[in-house]
Amino acid sequence: MRWYSALFDNEQIIEAALLSLKIAATSATFATILGTMAGLALTQMGRYRGRLLFTGLIAAPLVMPEVITGLSLLLMFVSLQELIGWPVSRGAGTITIAHITFSMAYVAVIVQSRLSSMDQSLQEAAMDLGGRPIQVAFDITLPLIAPSMLSGWLLAFTLSLDDLVIASFTSGAGASTLPMVIFSKIKLGVTPDINALATLIIGTVSIGIIIASWIMFRQRKRNEVG
Amino acid sequence: MSDSKPVVTKAYHQPLGDKLWRHFVIGVPYFWLLLFFLAPFSIVLKISFATPIVAQPPFTQLFDFTGNASQWLLATWDNYQFLTEDNLYWVSYFKSIKIAAVSTFICLLVGYPMAYGIARATPTTRNILLMLVILPFWTSFLLRVYAWMGLLGKHGIVNSLLMNIGLIDSPMQMLYTDMAVYLGIVYTYIPFMILPLYATLEKMDTSLHDAAADLGAKPWQTFIDVTLPLSMPGIIAGSLLVFIPAIGEYVIPALLGGIDSLMIGRTLYDEFFVNRDWPLASAVATILLIIVVIPIMLFQRSQQEQE
Repeated sequence: MRWYSALFDNEQIIEAALLSLKIAATSATFATILGTMAGLALTQMGRYRGRLLFTGLIAAPLVMPEVITGLSLLLMFVSLQELIGWPVSRGAGTITIAHITFSMAYVAVIVQSRLSSMDQSLQEAAMDLGGRPIQVAFDITLPLIAPSMLSGWLLAFTLSLDDLVIASFTSGAGASTLPMVIFSKIKLGVTPDINALATLIIGTVSIGIIIASWIMFRQRKRNEVG
Repeated sequence: MSDSKPVVTKAYHQPLGDKLWRHFVIGVPYFWLLLFFLAPFSIVLKISFATPIVAQPPFTQLFDFTGNASQWLLATWDNYQFLTEDNLYWVSYFKSIKIAAVSTFICLLVGYPMAYGIARATPTTRNILLMLVILPFWTSFLLRVYAWMGLLGKHGIVNSLLMNIGLIDSPMQMLYTDMAVYLGIVYTYIPFMILPLYATLEKMDTSLHDAAADLGAKPWQTFIDVTLPLSMPGIIAGSLLVFIPAIGEYVIPALLGGIDSLMIGRTLYDEFFVNRDWPLASAVATILLIIVVIPIMLFQRSQQEQE
């Protein structure tokens, strides 16, 4: 237990964990919004100029090696700063933008696969009855794809919480996320306080998974009954 | 019913609000990806032609219009020339491609039977097995690699087990070797191989197997002539999903590999963070980008064929 109390006395780790959670929650939320829009744009909007490039832009972040994404985003931020003075400094804000960029691709793929496997007749009926596209999107499409948006959000959240390489590139001097702190400690070998931290994290995640699958199980049962 | 509806005329009578909504939904994510994903690559390309200096930011501009016209252009090929002259980079690129290719092949060998088994299981078992494949995604990748450090170390579980049953007398060097890097990459990326393979194998029509068997094909013949060709899209998708990210992998070689396990992701990272040579790191990234863009384009084409 010594290492657990050492863990909670370690301000660096607590601060990094809070920062990571904040970045993960913010970036997952924006990634879900942008990714859902991208999913709609790829499935519901028909043909438009540049659609092929758009499809490529959604697929590329999924496979791009992290070192390239990280380096290119950092150089982008540095150039923007010189040109227009924004971003003023690198840290939580720039990491969040970087995480939104790669997680929105994951959300878009999840939403897109749901949308393309979905029966479109409800949307068509609503349009025939005079619904405007924006009404149809908010009243029919979005409620139907809400479960995929939720799983997209959760995936974006864990991806952000887990990312080391892109965060290292896009962070400034002040901000260290939890993976950055863990990595700098374990590079040199196995340490007991990180073992304690790993146990805590894996325990929390397991409880989360058990609760989530329990809720899903109950919902499925209720659907079967109803 | 909907055939009689004049869908084409709709576009002409589109009210302003609908048009705005359409532009908004397409435009915002498009613009975001152009600005934060595509545009940065051009900046990497630009900086790969710059000269490193001790300043903030640590590279020169490509143009300097203050002097006379012959000295305006400051861009140089020096970084690329340096890459070809120093053996380190050749070795890194070659080793990354080799490690990624071998790991992809091992993932395919191990993942194919697993995906096949999952696809042929009963629905209940299938869901449980699929969940087991996806489960590792929910725990931290960094911590899972870290767990391998504990397993493979000199005083780790594997070594103590082997010593206890008397197979070896002294601890084997497993951590900080290439074998550990292969193990780490295969372990981390195998779900990316199993899932697309499963998707194609599950859709496959099993009556084809029955037909082949009826016509006298042995099980292995059926597999080679029917199953394998039909699952090609899954094999291609899975292989690329493993190969492309593995080639630029940084964390696994940095934690599990030895000092000599030079993968290009690690070389780039060190060039950037340790040597602080941003232009050279950009040149390394540009070449790596060219290496991975070709398989990405192939991947996109195979995706489109599937659609």
